[in-house]
Amino acid sequence: MNVVIMGCGRVGARVAVLLDEAGHQVTMIDRLSASFERLPKEFGGNTVLGTGIDEDVLRMAGIDHVDVFIATTNADNRNIMGAQVARTIFNVPHCIVRLYDPVRADAYREMGLDTICPTTTISAMIMDKIATYGGR
Amino acid sequence: MYVIVVGAGKVGYYLAKNLLMEDHEVLLIENDPAKVEYYNERLGTVVVRGDGAEASTLAKAGAARADVVVAVTGEDEDNLVVCQVAKNKFHVGRTIARVNNPKNEHLFRLLGVDVTVSQTNFILNLIGQAIPERSFMHLMNLRHAGLAIVEATISDRSPVVGLSIDEMDLPVSCAIAAIARGAEVIVPKPDTQIEVGDEIIAVTHLSEESQLRELLVVD
Repeated sequence: MNVVIMGCGRVGARVAVLLDEAGHQVTMIDRLSASFERLPKEFGGNTVLGTGIDEDVLRMAGIDHVDVFIATTNADNRNIMGAQVARTIFNVPHCIVRLYDPVRADAYREMGLDTICPTTTISAMIMDKIATYGGR
Repeated sequence: MYVIVVGAGKVGYYLAKNLLMEDHEVLLIENDPAKVEYYNERLGTVVVRGDGAEASTLAKAGAARADVVVAVTGEDEDNLVVCQVAKNKFHVGRTIARVNNPKNEHLFRLLGVDVTVSQTNFILNLIGQAIPERSFMHLMNLRHAGLAIVEATISDRSPVVGLSIDEMDLPVSCAIAAIARGAEVIVPKPDTQIEVGDEIIAVTHLSEESQLRELLVVD
């Protein structure tokens, strides 16, 4: 599959490496070239410098032929806008968006984006762990 | 009217100030506490601290009873999300977004923002109008239906000199609204003849703007 990932932070870079190892064609977008240093030398995908909310930058990343778009920058609103550009302008079939704000994650899930909220997920994991502990 | 303005920069501040002077109820939302304090001293306590894209901030601001939500921060992605949350969660009747990158204007409309204001395009237009001896100018876009208002100055080389409105082969979605001739403004009739020096104000569909330009002026 062809995948574009916007935001080469810890999560973005890790997903990129896993997809690359699994044989997918990955293109990374980030506003800072230093972010691409998170990718290992063996990484076989492409990198594009720029912001993923810009149509022209997305075109450079080959968005026209992409199966999956993933937005993992540290700014919720940028991720939302990037995914909506990918979906509305370029008809990308699958858009995965990382959102820290649970309310926004719910709202945009209702609007058709595939949102993942680490705040909700991690809180639930912590609560699950605590539930297994006995008191002293 | 109750108007919520998100983003207390220069645009947000002067907008809030003008609306208050016209006796509207205004709330200005800003994330930076220093700006909240600074503008509260100037406007009275109408500035609250918060992230305007967060539903809880808009809920506290009473977005459900707001007539208009205006997003004028310097970041397009923030302005987009503010308007979308206002529209989809609080059913605000009219959302207005400042668009910093003109490329985003079309996208914002597709994504449900009611009104977009592109400051870059505005400045380009104003500078364009200030440059003398331009024969064809795009004055403004109309909010609905993809229409624009344009102005053409008729030179002696224009192909329509001496023709009446009736005889001109106007594109189907164009209408001549007024003709300024010296100090006089003429409301055009089918038999009004075009003269050298006329300034023609026309309404045109955007798709026919270049056709109209070719008809009225010779470059």
